[in-house]
Order: sequence, then C-alpha cells, then structure tokens
Amino acid sequence: MTDRAGVYARIIELIEPLNAKKVPLTETTTFAGDMEMDSLTVMDLVASMEDEWDILIPLNMLPDLETIGQVADAVHGLVAKKG
Amino acid sequence: MPNLPVTDLLSKFDPLIAEHAGLLSSGIRDPFGIVMDKVLSPTEAIIKGQHTILLGTYNYMGMTFDPDVVAAGQAAIRDYGAGTTGSRVLNGTYQTHKECEAALMDFYGMSHAMVFSTGYQANLGMVSTLAGKGDFIILDADSHASIYDGCKMSNADIVRFRHNDAADLEKRLKRLPADAGKLVVLEGVYSMLGDIAPLPELVAIAKAHGAMVLVDEAHGMGFFGPNGRGVYEEQGVADDVDFVVGTFSKSVGTVGGFCVSNHPKFEILRLVCRPYTFTASLPPAVVASAATSIRKLMTAHDKRARLWEATRRLHGGLKARGFRLATQTPESAIVSVLMPDQETTALMWSTLINLGVYVNMSRPPATPAGVFLLRCSICALHSDAQIDTVLGRFEQAAQMCGLALHEMA
Ligand SMILES: Cc1ncc(COP(=O)(O)O)c(C=O)c1O
Repeated sequence: MTDRAGVYARIIELIEPLNAKKVPLTETTTFAGDMEMDSLTVMDLVASMEDEWDILIPLNMLPDLETIGQVADAVHGLVAKKG
Repeated sequence: MPNLPVTDLLSKFDPLIAEHAGLLSSGIRDPFGIVMDKVLSPTEAIIKGQHTILLGTYNYMGMTFDPDVVAAGQAAIRDYGAGTTGSRVLNGTYQTHKECEAALMDFYGMSHAMVFSTGYQANLGMVSTLAGKGDFIILDADSHASIYDGCKMSNADIVRFRHNDAADLEKRLKRLPADAGKLVVLEGVYSMLGDIAPLPELVAIAKAHGAMVLVDEAHGMGFFGPNGRGVYEEQGVADDVDFVVGTFSKSVGTVGGFCVSNHPKFEILRLVCRPYTFTASLPPAVVASAATSIRKLMTAHDKRARLWEATRRLHGGLKARGFRLATQTPESAIVSVLMPDQETTALMWSTLINLGVYVNMSRPPATPAGVFLLRCSICALHSDAQIDTVLGRFEQAAQMCGLALHEMA
C-alpha cells in the first residue's frame, strides 16, 4: 500500500473519523477551509500518518500542505525516499 | 488615481467576535475582561467593588507583597531610575541585572544565567536559537504557546510527541538521523491540567538518542525539590538537563524570564538570541525585586510546606464534593476542575466571580484534547479558612449552575 493510490486511500480512511462536518473527501478538499479542522486535530492526524508509514512529517511542512492531494503527494514522497 | 477599497484585515476574527458576543449576551461576566481595582494581598483583591479571593494568579509563593522584595524594588527605582531604555547588550545591563543573574546562578547551582524580559521571550529565544537549520526540535504536544512559537521562529524541523508519553518520544527520536542536532523540550509542570512530567524516563530516552534537553520549570520553581529548583531537581535528573528555562511571573512574584545552564559556550547566546538582544531590558526595580525574591525562595521551606498543605486541602475538598479533577492526586500547585462544555464553564466561572472567587477559565485550543477547565492555582499564603470558603462557594456555584456532582467512589 505504498503506491500513490494506496497512500491516498489509506489517508482518506485516517481522515474519515475526524471529518466532523462530513464534507465529501477528494484530492482538492482542504483541511482548514473545507473540513474546518483545528490545528490540534491536524497535528494528531499527522502523528497517525507518521506511525502508519514510519515516516517523519515535520510540523513546519504543514503550512504547504493544504489539500488531501498535497498530503498524499508528500507522504508518498517520504515513503519512497525511505526505500 | 482613486484609492482601492480597503480589505479589512480584522474580518478574519468575525467568528470569534460573534462567539464572544454570544457568550456575554447570556448575561455572564467577561472571563477575559477582569479588572483588579485594588490588590489587597497575594490572595485578595477588590473586583467591581467586591472583596474577592484570588485563586488563579500563579503567585505560588506569595512574594508580590513580601516587604524585602518591595523594599528592594523601591531602592532600585530610586537609585537607578524607572527604566533602562536599552537592550541588555547595549546600555541596558545595570549592576542590578548582574545581581539578579548571580542570584539565579546561586539558586540553581549553575554557572550561567541569562535574564530575558519575560518567560515567553526566554522560550522564544532559547528554542529558536539553539536549534537551527538541519536540526530537530522534539516537543511535547501539550507545550506552552511560547515553546510552539519558538519552534515557528526557528529554522529547525519540528517533531511533536504525545503528551508525557515516553514510548511515543522514543519512536519519534528513532526516526531522526543519528548525527543530526536534536533539542528535546519538556516542562516540569504542565499548566493546563496541573500534571507533572515523568522526567527520568523522558530525559533518559532523549540522552540515549543524543539529544540536548531543555526543561521549562515555570510552574515548578520555588517548591519542587530540596532547593526549590523544580520538578527536574525533585526527580533527580539535574545532571542530564542542559538548559532550564523559567519565569519571574509566578513564584518569584514579579515579571521576567531566564535560562540557566552549565554549558561552557552559553555566554555566546547573548549575542545571537534575538528575543534577548532586540528588546529593552527589564527595569532596575523589577530585577532588584526578583533577585531578593529568588534569594528568599532558596530557604523558603515553611512556605513550600504550607503551599503543598493548602493544595492538598483544596484538591481533597473539591474531590470530596464530587467535582471531577484533571489529576487524581495533587501533582502540582495547579488544581484543574473538569467542566462538561463551554456554556457550563462560562456560567460556573461567572457565578464564582460573583460569589467573590477568581479562578482561570480555560478552553480549547489553549487546553489539550478539547477539555474545558476551571483552573485554580494555590498560594502559600492562602489560609485554611480561605480554602474552606472557596470550597463552599464552589459547591454553591455548582448548585446554582445545575452542574452535576459525582458520588465519591
Ligand atoms: C509553561 C510556561 N512557560 C512560559 C511561560 C511564560 O512566562 P511569562 O509570563 O514570564 O512570559 C508561562 C506562563 O505564561 C508558562 O506557563
């Protein structure tokens, strides 16, 4: 499950329980804007993705990751780099 | 050319403005708009004409009105003037500032001390300066805003671990490059829930992974450990802590912040730490009061004992009355009462202030895990009678607000 599609699918599963407003989740859904996720929830989500793939997503990367698609790209890149 | 219409930069706060207005429209007092008309002592003030017991000031050791502390400030303002009008590294270091740093070195038994204008700036400066590009800062998820802001200001990569969770810290440290610079940032006491850190476990893991350790003892100074240095002293990890950050705005009873360390290259930080360099130094009266207070805290054994006694009385009393508390036992001099939701918290807070008891109201995002709290901080000068009065008023307020109290198990 480390190809882009697999990563994306798993990220959707991880977000689902935190999607309090039940907005449709797509590549372009934004965390702050569409889902209205607060920063603490975002940080908890980051921790669960780190543990899922045993990677490191520094918090200072977060401002550049606004959509689910961008997060999937970043995670996929980090997983690939890990080898 | 006509001017373009202005985009109001404050409109992003409209939701918060509406929420605050909604809160006040229910008739409650503004929890963030308290004005102390008169301060009678470290434990009592007049608020809106009403005599009020202060139970949310972090004035743990009651030093604000200590006669020696006040006299030292008065002498310094007379002899050195009202302010320094300058940075610590230019014209803003007086004899008083050096004496204050000497008091800190004696208090902590360390070879270096740097005094900042606030504790917020001490964390901002230390965290952002110690860890630079290519380094890692590993911080507890429940860290104080000043630590998070220090992370934002640094060029390091920021890694957060689950609150007080040694296994989670280890898991995250293992993912970092072995040869990278690492700073693990911890607090002795976490001020929202009043819980303390398991420092021996956390510090041992940090050291095993080659990290330097900074501990913020803002809420531990004065009454933890044989010399009152903080939780890190009480738990016996002093030898493995590289930097201790603290504040004068709690036990010391005035304002200011500091970092102490035995690191041989510590003094260079005065030239490279921007929140130290690019701001005016504390007024002479403040540092003179702080120095006197710190020296008195070194031997304040009776006050320490009294603080713990009063804390146990409040914690036990609230628990016995069926309030739900954030810690099962009193771990620090902060006793946090768990509330069910925003409305009840605000109503309880407002009822308490009307009954003449001031506590802190805390809500997300300042609190972890979305909890709502009424936070009490105890002072060594609170009498048993005051604590008992507070307990009675808490019970009365709960009744008036329809807050369900729990049967003791
Ligand atoms: C844990 C912690 N660190 C630092 C600070 C900042 O202290 P100061 O009030 O001196 O800016 C505080 C208090 O607000 C705090 O609770």
